[in-house]
Amino acid sequence: MIIRFFHQMGSPRYFYNVAGKLVPWFMVSFLITLVFGLYYGLFVAPPDYQQGESYRIMYIHVPSAWMSMFIYVVMAVSGLISLVWRIKMTEIVVISSATVGASFTFLALATGSLWGKPMWGTWWVWDARLTSELILLFLYLGIIALHSAIEDKRVAARAVSILALVGVVNIPIIHYSVEWWNTLHQPASVTKFDKPSMDMSMLIPLLTMAISFKLYYGAVVLMRARAEIVERERNSRWVQEMVEQEAK
Amino acid sequence: MNPIRKKRLTLIGLMVAGIGVATWLALNAFDENLMFFFSPSEVVEGKAPEAHPFRIGGLVQSDSVKRKPDGLTTAFSVTDNAEAVTVEYTGILPDLFREGQGIVAMGQLNQNGIFIASEVLAKHDENYMPPEVAESLKTAHDEAVANPQPQASVQ
Repeated sequence: MIIRFFHQMGSPRYFYNVAGKLVPWFMVSFLITLVFGLYYGLFVAPPDYQQGESYRIMYIHVPSAWMSMFIYVVMAVSGLISLVWRIKMTEIVVISSATVGASFTFLALATGSLWGKPMWGTWWVWDARLTSELILLFLYLGIIALHSAIEDKRVAARAVSILALVGVVNIPIIHYSVEWWNTLHQPASVTKFDKPSMDMSMLIPLLTMAISFKLYYGAVVLMRARAEIVERERNSRWVQEMVEQEAK
Repeated sequence: MNPIRKKRLTLIGLMVAGIGVATWLALNAFDENLMFFFSPSEVVEGKAPEAHPFRIGGLVQSDSVKRKPDGLTTAFSVTDNAEAVTVEYTGILPDLFREGQGIVAMGQLNQNGIFIASEVLAKHDENYMPPEVAESLKTAHDEAVANPQPQASVQ
């Protein structure tokens, strides 16, 4: 049954309809978790013993940074499937994720910079973590530029998938940069296997924000994918029939 | 899986593996340059460059911070709990600067082995906790130090 579901999702028409039903659910749950996460993060969570109130920017910074890497991995995996199996829908997922991924990367860099000035004493340093995250932003921008430079959508998707796969080597570098080299950026506070070095009262809103941002990405990627489907399939009968129906 | 897809998958696998190995080799070659700072032990061993500025990173040693009479210059020791280097800096220190705090300073050694810093950055650690928790941790630690339990390991 699961195989059949994926098979059906590979059809643009089916995907268009299912995505249309899913978007409101993603949006509502995004807004609920966002309000909860921001309220608890900005008002309820206690101040930090060293940084006072200014640590609260991490409720945007950390989830954004996680998303910037998560979305890139999604793009690389979709790119791999597109290249090997030539499935239209995964091609659409690759390009629909690029702008939202770039936005999260920018947000992570900008909020980090705002925090860095009062805490470290500088807006920017060329340490391994900050530099590799900046390279990630350039990868996203390169993918967007490459996609819009090629007229034929299928050719463009193939080129973009290759670029996404080439750049995926940067993801472990970003993640491990704070362990492999001396960096100004602190090591990870939340890891999969160790007890997090963050108090529970601060961790819960942070994880809520992380879920919230994931739901936002879900909503945006589905909306963008629907728009892309209509554009690509504009000559097909089902799209033209749908447009006629709407016009009535 | 049909042979064409298998071939494509193999090619992509080889491409990603190739790029991975190339990047790993490049990063290995640049390893020294990717280090953002040198530790006091490395500076004492003479691994840090003498002719041009570099960064030193470590903890500000307790009871080492001294203000010079001009009111702007601060002298302190940076340590990695093995070696210590004296640092002098004229200017405004970041908010997080305090004894026991991790810092990174940019500058150069003078003839007396004193590190003349042109910039001091605070290095934040990965620990986040409310002030009360920090307070109770400190109290517990102080008590443990004051009355050591037999066989208890005290950090």
